[in-house]
Amino acid sequence: MPKLTIDGIEVEVPAGATVFQACELAGREVPHFCYHPRLNIAGNCRMCLVEVEKAPKPVASCAMPAADGMVVHTASEKAKRAQQGVLELLLINHPLDCPICDQGGECDLQDLTLFYGPDSSRFAENKRPVADKYMGPLISTHMTRCIHCTRCVRFANEIAGVEELGATGRGEDMEITTYLEHAVTSELSGNVIDLCPVGALNSKPYEYSARTWELKKHESVDVMDAVGSNIRVDVRGNEVMRILPRLHEDVNEEWISDKTRFVYDGLKKRRLDRPWVKRDGKLEAADWRGAMAAIRSRLDGVAATKIAAIAGDQADLEAMAALKDLMGALGSPNLDCRQDGAKLEGARAGWLFNTTIAGIEQADALLLVGAFPRYEASLVNARIRKRQRMGGFEIGRIGCPGDLTYPTTEVGAGPQSLADLLAGEHSFGEVLEKAERPMVIVGPGALARPDGAAVLAKAREAAERFGMVTDDWNGFNVLHTAASRVGGMDLGLVPGEGGRDVEGILRGARTGEIEVVYLLGADELDTRGLENAFVIYQGSHGDAGARVADVILPGAAYTEKAATWVNLEGRPQRSKLTAFPPGEAKEDWRILRALSEVLDQKLPYDTPAQLRRRIVEPAPRLGRIDRIEAAPWAEFGAAGKLDDAPFVSPIADFYRTCAISRASAVMEACVEEIRGQQLKATGSDD
Amino acid sequence: MSLSPDVESFAFTPENEERARAHIAKYPEGRQASAVLPLLHLAQAQHGGWLPQAAIEYVAAFLEMPKIRVEEVASFYDMFNTGPTARCQVRICTTTPCWLCGSDDIVAAVEAALGCKVGENTADGRFYLREFECLGACANAPMMWIDDDYYEDLTPERATAVIEALKRGERPAPGPQSGRQGAIPFGGKTTLLEV
Ligand code: SF4
Ligand code: FES
Ligand code: FES
Repeated sequence: MPKLTIDGIEVEVPAGATVFQACELAGREVPHFCYHPRLNIAGNCRMCLVEVEKAPKPVASCAMPAADGMVVHTASEKAKRAQQGVLELLLINHPLDCPICDQGGECDLQDLTLFYGPDSSRFAENKRPVADKYMGPLISTHMTRCIHCTRCVRFANEIAGVEELGATGRGEDMEITTYLEHAVTSELSGNVIDLCPVGALNSKPYEYSARTWELKKHESVDVMDAVGSNIRVDVRGNEVMRILPRLHEDVNEEWISDKTRFVYDGLKKRRLDRPWVKRDGKLEAADWRGAMAAIRSRLDGVAATKIAAIAGDQADLEAMAALKDLMGALGSPNLDCRQDGAKLEGARAGWLFNTTIAGIEQADALLLVGAFPRYEASLVNARIRKRQRMGGFEIGRIGCPGDLTYPTTEVGAGPQSLADLLAGEHSFGEVLEKAERPMVIVGPGALARPDGAAVLAKAREAAERFGMVTDDWNGFNVLHTAASRVGGMDLGLVPGEGGRDVEGILRGARTGEIEVVYLLGADELDTRGLENAFVIYQGSHGDAGARVADVILPGAAYTEKAATWVNLEGRPQRSKLTAFPPGEAKEDWRILRALSEVLDQKLPYDTPAQLRRRIVEPAPRLGRIDRIEAAPWAEFGAAGKLDDAPFVSPIADFYRTCAISRASAVMEACVEEIRGQQLKATGSDD
Repeated sequence: MSLSPDVESFAFTPENEERARAHIAKYPEGRQASAVLPLLHLAQAQHGGWLPQAAIEYVAAFLEMPKIRVEEVASFYDMFNTGPTARCQVRICTTTPCWLCGSDDIVAAVEAALGCKVGENTADGRFYLREFECLGACANAPMMWIDDDYYEDLTPERATAVIEALKRGERPAPGPQSGRQGAIPFGGKTTLLEV
């Protein structure tokens, strides 16, 4: 391990480290633009110049391997002059439009110029003009500001796996662009906005709408998928102005998907801001008291077995617990959180992503069964791609065809292929057999189907057969798309003794065997036939559920409550109240608590703390925020007949998967441009 | 750099396709992208001196490369024209050594002979004239590069004569126009006398 002296501080660095990293280890800050710890080294901005004794010239520290005995000065006269010179050169062609630049106030170039830059420029000539490039509905460009660090290009190539950005021309004519200015088709494209160290790439929806210093920044959790990406919600007044990623090495690293980042305009549209009650076939505005009274009078005399409840994909843990308690108090066993009909049952290990997201990096072979992680859990896909790029990681796939951004071995299309693989009839079996830490990911396309339980059992068999579960390794994973799913399963929001599941409830509603259906933010259902029943819809948006509702109770969206979600790894995470729900809308558990009192079934908690105590009591792990508890390996799934139908991912449209994203105009624009382009691309390449 | 989408489609002729495969065969399996430069040259020659967008996309598909990667290469190198040009490419070196040796006069003479300015095509659409950076023949400055041939040790008269000959459809002898061999000093060899 090389030992260096940095500004008089001795450090020992791991072999292969760069001078830049050595400086960091020594606690010395070196200015930089193009260097990014998660991207390949480009060494093209020259901002990180330092003085190395015995070297004839200042050295670009980010690209220089640390060698034993180096004596480095990061702030000597020579280093400072070099850094100042680089900044003066970078600013030659950079417009001085900080006052109207969205990046102003959070710009690396601004900050570094302040601390390392010259106080004036000697350049009196004209600056270079560069036409702005069109990059789609999400990224706005101001290419005169670009300093050609190529972070954006490297991100697209390396992390997003979509080689669409590039630098054309050369020298003074170099320009960053997409091929023929097509929209970037990556579901992670928004991250280049964060990566761009200047204001060249900005958020289009956020453009000119706020200055960073007037925003209140709240830490929160995303619910667009089951990953539980850590986010920062920036709010002005009571309005969400933008959403940014927050670093969590084990979950989303420092990235988020475009849906997570840009969905927020959907929070301001189609909102349910007051209760509604249907009278004579028409919804009429009501107040809370009237809505609750309507429910009470309708429920009067209805047998408990004729009442049912379904929790939607973004329901929080607190609301689901209250719903379960209310249904218990009413004596109804018809309760389900598996809105898509996924056949999850049995032991907890059978619904968790046991390997954990960070654990993917330890695996050495992967089998995808009915999963399309790119759109079902984009950050899980990014992790798989990261692992794949490290090498020595073969990926087999059964069903759900399409571009995952990494190469896969096609093993088959449906359950039969999984059975064949188990029977040793496919060569990928050898890959799994040879692997030391193989893993399988079972997606919703494999579970939300009539033979889902049998597929689950087969997948468990495969995990056991290929040595995926050992004392210190669990390679069995279920991939969910719903943020609420693991929490719901952990709480036991599944049918009780003789109870009906989602399918049974919907069927019952059609036939009249179910009279009252409580939808807790459940919109991704086949609502046909629900008109027959008395539907209570509690949620934030006027979407499919509200359309068939007899009573609407306005709830809070995920940014409007301090609530808990358990991500697919089983990691409880808590959001904060970042903006108040609109109008008369209320925090969801409070609505259920209030309703319980009207129904004379008062739930035994009045404060969030009391409710959480009630949740944690039977399952203490649900209270351990950000901690994962490994689930013991046990029975799950049910042996049965396997269907012939191929696995199909439920996500046909990545940009519109929930009531919020369906309300978002930005997501709508993405569908038109990006999705359309993707379809065109696959259509013509095939 | 403007791309010209007006050419609908591009495909190698069978001979060029064979040449392309021969280039690819020089590189290890899976490294076919290394052949991008020779393939672009083939495509440009086949298309008459410039690369339409369709040719860039064709080469990208041929080498299984993302289109933007090929576009980067094509726009980086000055040897590729990404906009329409006439078939015969006349490039005059104007970098310092050539300039010191009078490349300005060569440019003026050629412009007069062709009847067009640097960066333009001739009215008859046969010649495309442009300036170029150092072409590595400084010992024989000033010089110009026409299609595949170097014309060196130019004087304005020689440059005009070369152009006039080309206009007549002849192919004047390339190389130093001063009569000397290669870059041997004008006064005869001073070194490597036995060779
Ligand atoms: S657009 Fe931004 S990230 Fe991309 S090269 Fe330019 S400065 Fe770097
Ligand atoms: S940070 Fe080292 S060259 Fe850009
Ligand atoms: S300067 Fe003209 S060939 Fe080198």
